Amino acid sequence: MTFVLEKPASESSAFDFWRKRASVSRPTGRPTSTFVAGLPLLIAFCALWEIAPRLGWMNPIFFPPLSSVLAALLDLIASGTMGKHIGISLQRAALGFGLAVAVAIPLGFLMGRYTPFEKATDLLVQTLRNTSQFALLPVFVLLLGIGEASKIAITFYAAVFFLLVNTIVGVKSVDPLLLKAARSMGTSDWDLFRKVIFPWAIPFIVAGARLGVKASLFSVIAAEMLAARSGIGYLIQNSQLMLKSADMYAGIITLTIVGLLLNYGLVWMEKRATHWRASDGNPT
Amino acid sequence: MDRIIATELTKTFQLKPGQTVRVDGIDTNAITVLNGLDLTIRRGEFITLVGPSGSGKSVFLDIVGGLTQATSGAAYIDGERIVKPDPRMAYVFQQYALFPWRTALENVEYALEVRGVSKAERRQKARHFLSLFGLGGFEDRYPSQLSGGMQQRVAIARSLTTDPEVLLMDEPFAALDAQTRDILQSELLRIWERIGCTVIFVTHSIDEAVFLADRVVAMTARPGIVKEIIDIDLPRPRDTEIRNTPEFAELRGRVWNVLRDEVQKAQKDWALASATAH
Repeated sequence: MTFVLEKPASESSAFDFWRKRASVSRPTGRPTSTFVAGLPLLIAFCALWEIAPRLGWMNPIFFPPLSSVLAALLDLIASGTMGKHIGISLQRAALGFGLAVAVAIPLGFLMGRYTPFEKATDLLVQTLRNTSQFALLPVFVLLLGIGEASKIAITFYAAVFFLLVNTIVGVKSVDPLLLKAARSMGTSDWDLFRKVIFPWAIPFIVAGARLGVKASLFSVIAAEMLAARSGIGYLIQNSQLMLKSADMYAGIITLTIVGLLLNYGLVWMEKRATHWRASDGNPT
Repeated sequence: MDRIIATELTKTFQLKPGQTVRVDGIDTNAITVLNGLDLTIRRGEFITLVGPSGSGKSVFLDIVGGLTQATSGAAYIDGERIVKPDPRMAYVFQQYALFPWRTALENVEYALEVRGVSKAERRQKARHFLSLFGLGGFEDRYPSQLSGGMQQRVAIARSLTTDPEVLLMDEPFAALDAQTRDILQSELLRIWERIGCTVIFVTHSIDEAVFLADRVVAMTARPGIVKEIIDIDLPRPRDTEIRNTPEFAELRGRVWNVLRDEVQKAQKDWALASATAH
């Protein structure tokens, strides 16, 4: 599985676009049609959720009907509780992720560009990369305490390797012809980074960021379940302990929605970062 | 007046340790592609370089362009030894080498941009050169939205923005279809006659070589040296009709005669040609 993650999804397509110049037909309106086509099943799922506890197929104490969950959700939103918990979770994830970006991109550039540096660092990076951030949570708590620092540390750790690996792949895959052309025009080393290697690597970095953001969010939730007094993970875990199962499901649904929105936001970002690729046969 | 002088250029490529190829019956890990090439190119001259694959045409261009170092010998521009890319020169590649994330206009601006030319000035100059190639109105297209011929026009426009004294062109039209190729050859001549820079143009096409050149430099099969230089005394300006004249046919025949043996030699050299890529 780890091997799969090393190859960003955009790698092969990035080359196809530039090399072959062939317009890749990406059927437009596909997201809408999958949404429409998938709607009946989603509605059926929701209906089952509503009916099953009401007909006694499931215990409503552990599995309340969807309507009660939504009512609980509205209450949590109205009281500001949900906003507070989501806010703190997102803040932790964003801080950890931001830190990961700040570390991974310069490091990735160095590792991708300077072979001796990569040779010296690769083994350590691979070792750390294959150490689960969840396994390290107790370590972070021991070293950094139960407060914000340990949460930020785990989100950082979760995201940094996705970004790092993709940055390295991006930097390494720069078309040698573009480097040669840039050199023939007298490009300085600094401009080579800024104007050639970095723009080339952006689609790779953004693909890594998509994976990294998800990993950050998941990690912060897990960390909050294990050791926190705030955040959406804490809310879910605490509701379960208090047997407020409607609140628990409300928290889970919220998390799902946040995850979906983040994903769409990142897909949009990815499209923007690669807007210069031919999206269809028709030039704009 | 001489612009570019190459004296006894040699270039030997070293394979990775452990890799060997069979050259003339002997296993070796070094391939010599240039073997003491001498060539003098005059100011404002249009030179085409023809020769079988592996004869070191592109390597010669890279040495003149300062992109690779000769193993021995040296190349000079106006008497100065070339050791790195020289601002008086510009390079055009077969595969266009446009930055896919930059629009046509931004691509053309690039060469001036890295020289620190102000935005207003480089923009104006880029527009000028794009319109010179009939690309007015396509400034905001990305390379992926342009045909191969248009992309190569953008690349040539980019190379001309810095007012180069020497233009190095490595099979610039080889990836294009026959008609586009004809049109671009004529366009290049039209613009070259206005600018008057020195051009060194590598090609596989004898027809193209004769049509464009003041002198055709024919190279031997690997390891390459200059086999013969053929003066092309066809009148200028030339248009594509000149191909139908007996004079053109005769020159084409002469170049082909010079090359024939070398191409046959090179056929035996396939493994090497692919190992060294040109």
